[in-house]
Amino acid sequence: MNVKNILKEIEKVDPVVYDRLDTRRNTMKQFAGLAGKLALVTVPFALGSMFKKAYAGENRVETVFDVLNFALTLEYLEAKFYQMGNAAAVGGTLAIPAGAAQAAIQTIGAHETAHVAFLKSAITSSGGTPVAEPVFDFTAGNGTGLGPFAGVFINYPLFLAVAQTFEDTGVRAYKGQATDSDLMMNNDVLQAALRIHSVEARHAAHIRQMRKTNGGLVPAGVNVKPWITLKQSGIDSAAVQASYDGEEITNQATIEIVNINSQVISATAASEAFDEPLTKAQVLAIVDPFIV
Amino acid sequence: MPEIKPGSGKLLTPAGNAAGISRRKFLGYTGAAAVVAIGISSCDKDDDNNNSSGIDLGSGDVGILNYAYALEQLEAAFYIKVLLTPYAGGSVTEMALLADIRDHEIAHREFFKNALGSGAIPGLTPDFSAINFSDRTSVLAAAKAFEDTGVSAYNGAGKLITTPAYLTLAGKIVSVEARHAAWIRDIISNGTFADSTAVDAQGLDLVATPAQVLVIANTYLATKISGNNLPTS
Repeated sequence: MNVKNILKEIEKVDPVVYDRLDTRRNTMKQFAGLAGKLALVTVPFALGSMFKKAYAGENRVETVFDVLNFALTLEYLEAKFYQMGNAAAVGGTLAIPAGAAQAAIQTIGAHETAHVAFLKSAITSSGGTPVAEPVFDFTAGNGTGLGPFAGVFINYPLFLAVAQTFEDTGVRAYKGQATDSDLMMNNDVLQAALRIHSVEARHAAHIRQMRKTNGGLVPAGVNVKPWITLKQSGIDSAAVQASYDGEEITNQATIEIVNINSQVISATAASEAFDEPLTKAQVLAIVDPFIV
Repeated sequence: MPEIKPGSGKLLTPAGNAAGISRRKFLGYTGAAAVVAIGISSCDKDDDNNNSSGIDLGSGDVGILNYAYALEQLEAAFYIKVLLTPYAGGSVTEMALLADIRDHEIAHREFFKNALGSGAIPGLTPDFSAINFSDRTSVLAAAKAFEDTGVSAYNGAGKLITTPAYLTLAGKIVSVEARHAAWIRDIISNGTFADSTAVDAQGLDLVATPAQVLVIANTYLATKISGNNLPTS
């Protein structure tokens, strides 16, 4: 199973990964803040120094690698997806329209590739071992190539639908890691994670507009917006729903947002105004079918 | 004094009251009945909010939440004005999505007001004199500035928050601001949603300190605000 493979890889660097499943977010936070202040080249070294200081003599250095490798796995997924999409477009088998659409997919793909490089160098320079890039099945077929997204690299609307799902899921995944207590204690790492998080949101907004323009796989009567309305995927496939469940809430920290303080705020707007996190377990369940 | 619906102060004070928007020009400026209906409660904060350098946002997590509240007030007031005096040349879809953004920003503003309760700064008076609301280019340029600034502000403020629940809330909001920013950028020039002016070579988004952001925010505020007591690390 895919999740088990991921965990086995993580376990190689973190023998107690199974005990730490709820601490990844801390690691993400550690990582996030660092990049804000440092030049690209120096970030990995600074990360390594930071981790060694923060976790000297403790097992917890492995927790950091656990988290970074989790993020790296998600970025591998996205980066490879866009690499293959761009290659298919160049090869003429995926009809991404020339011009703005191709340029946008290239831009997004370049960011995901940059995220992979950033995470890998951070892990390596910290004395850890980046997980190897998994083999992906972008049909979500667990290696059969026959999953619900079969044809993803020859069917442009399907390609965009999967891209949107990856981006919206990525936003939720990073958000879910933000409040780990260890991460919150490390300003630099937290800040870097937040900066990746909002880039994924920019991507999601643009892919959503591309889908609106294209119109394919958009259920009848659904208006795909740059933001997430209730728990609507805007995609005519039940296979993506887990990435949207929970987005419909309108109550934040016990404060009801609908018509708050006599403002005219619909449930639609209230749900759109706040994106919701996913737990690590939820994210792993979503990406599992994509990993062979 | 009139009080339509006091803030609940649920995050900070279990039984807080009388928070929020003051009766000042901020509301009157918009002329929107819906806005005026919110809350003309003015028992806001003590007088010590005011000093020579502007309204003090405060310290600690309350200060950071007030910082966010100030920015959301600014954004909400801007979009309310945009929709009240719409520029020519905007498509129906474009204006509908701008109305969505307005509602999101109002939701954010009111959320912070209630969350802060009696700790909230008063309503701020904006100064949008630099913006020509009848001109699409001027409005969208300002919108882009507000949204990018908002993203950079939340990205920079996250590390200053000490309470996990507040960080989660900031995270829930910042990605929506990033969606706004991406869309605004795209309707100005398609494909600029995450160009090199927003995302660096490492694939990282904008980030700014409160000090940097407040310089920008104060250019749009008649009521100046001060972050002198905000945490810096």
